[in-house]
Amino acid sequence: MVVGVLAIGQTLVILTAGVDLSCGMAMALGQVVMTRLAVESGVSVPGAVALGLLATTLVGLLNGALVTLVRLPPFIVTLGTLNIAFAATQLYSDAQTVTELPASLVALGGTFPLAGTPVMHGVGVMLALYLLAWYALRHTAAGRHVYAVGGAPEAARLSGIRVGRVLVGVYALAGLLYGVAALLAVARTGVGDPNAGQSENLDTVTAVVLGGTSLFGGRGLVLGSLVGALIVGVFRNGLTLMGVSSVYQVLITGVLVIVAVAADQLSRRGAR
Amino acid sequence: MSAPSPTTTTGAAGGTGVGARLLLEARALVKRYGRVTALDGADFALRAGEILAVVGDNGAGKSSLIRALSGAIVPDAGEIRLDGRPVRFRSPIDARRAGIETVYQDLAVAPAMTIAENLFLGRELRRPGLAGRLLRLLDRPRMVRESERHLAELGVVVRSPTQPVETLSGGQRQAVAVARGAAFARLVVIMDEPTAALGVRESAMVLDLVRRVRDRGLSVVVISHDIPHVFELADRIHVARLGRRVAVLDPRRVAMRDVVAVMTGALAADELPPDALA
Repeated sequence: MVVGVLAIGQTLVILTAGVDLSCGMAMALGQVVMTRLAVESGVSVPGAVALGLLATTLVGLLNGALVTLVRLPPFIVTLGTLNIAFAATQLYSDAQTVTELPASLVALGGTFPLAGTPVMHGVGVMLALYLLAWYALRHTAAGRHVYAVGGAPEAARLSGIRVGRVLVGVYALAGLLYGVAALLAVARTGVGDPNAGQSENLDTVTAVVLGGTSLFGGRGLVLGSLVGALIVGVFRNGLTLMGVSSVYQVLITGVLVIVAVAADQLSRRGAR
Repeated sequence: MSAPSPTTTTGAAGGTGVGARLLLEARALVKRYGRVTALDGADFALRAGEILAVVGDNGAGKSSLIRALSGAIVPDAGEIRLDGRPVRFRSPIDARRAGIETVYQDLAVAPAMTIAENLFLGRELRRPGLAGRLLRLLDRPRMVRESERHLAELGVVVRSPTQPVETLSGGQRQAVAVARGAAFARLVVIMDEPTAALGVRESAMVLDLVRRVRDRGLSVVVISHDIPHVFELADRIHVARLGRRVAVLDPRRVAMRDVVAVMTGALAADELPPDALA
């Protein structure tokens, strides 16, 4: 669920031929900002959530601004903001997990029954976001421009598309989505965890690539990332249930991402 | 974004007889890049309904001239007139609004996107009513239908406007790019090396297409290195050299080698017979 929402943002960025390595750390920052504000600073829950979303959106905006204005490669920019967001998270939280959250902050962690199985509200939020992302990417001009900017930036520019604006928008929106993922993670775990997002970071890239989106930009479907996120989730759960230790899980997901990218690379080569 | 209504004709009488209306003119354009002078008082004149070829050696200033006319660069001095009225293009979008479309050399299409998406890239059509205004829903069926119509009008043969551009040959891709310019231009289409990197048959197809664009009443500027293609296509030939226009030649009254000689400076325009000048 958390990886699923993060993967929407990651899909947007990868469609523009970028990659966002800061995604997990942005989420961790969002978690501690919203929980600490609500618990320790006496900010109302909606206010705290809004400021948490703002924090992750600002990380996204910073990424977008550096990529477009300074024209740095997304890989380097987000590697930098990954570390910045990590440090900011640790400093702001004193590396302490925030606990004893108000009930309304974890409301999305509640469940509703679906065919006898309890399903978290957060899953509904994730599915709604996927539908929204699918609609925007497929059926609006802005969505098509994301594909054009990723696949053929020069053609997009000559067609009068404001490439910089599209890129900044994509990174900022991705940041906002990481904030929503932070809210869902807080709701599920019931704490604000400054060390969250470390395995999710690469899992999102794995999910997006498994979902068929090309790392070279301009091709892919956001619904594929949902499938990819499910595969990654089932994989991790399955390994845990099988009693595979977490070190091997990390090893296996590392192999998985390389295999997925290699498959992508080879299939493109074959197509040419 | 207003719904573009691709024009079929501007009412310009075809043909290029003397006295044909001047549609796009430039006088004494100057563009300097540091110490390099790309345009050194260049003149330009395009008549309504003609194909004007712009030829010149590398560094003759032909691409700077074209970029100034299409709004991609802003000249330091000089004047551009469209249909008699002075205009100032600060960006390609300004030129496009004025009715001038440019087809760029490097096949400026997005390969992973469909033909219809490419034709309407940057000026997509939305559904009428609330769905379009509020939900910003694209009108895909209409874009596909209109693409089909434009391509058919220009005789561009593709399987379907919903096929990705990367499934097309180089010539077909160029044809899509040209069709896109022709579909949205109201007055002028500028084409940069439309037959570069194409084989003989594909070039012939694109040359045919360029003629059909003119026959629809648009005026066409073609930049080309390929002198035989220029002779096949052009009504008049604008020769650029050292940042200026040195001659405008009539391809029916001048030999290819004389055009090359004027281009390279081996021959001055006034050494040609007077009727070679157009």
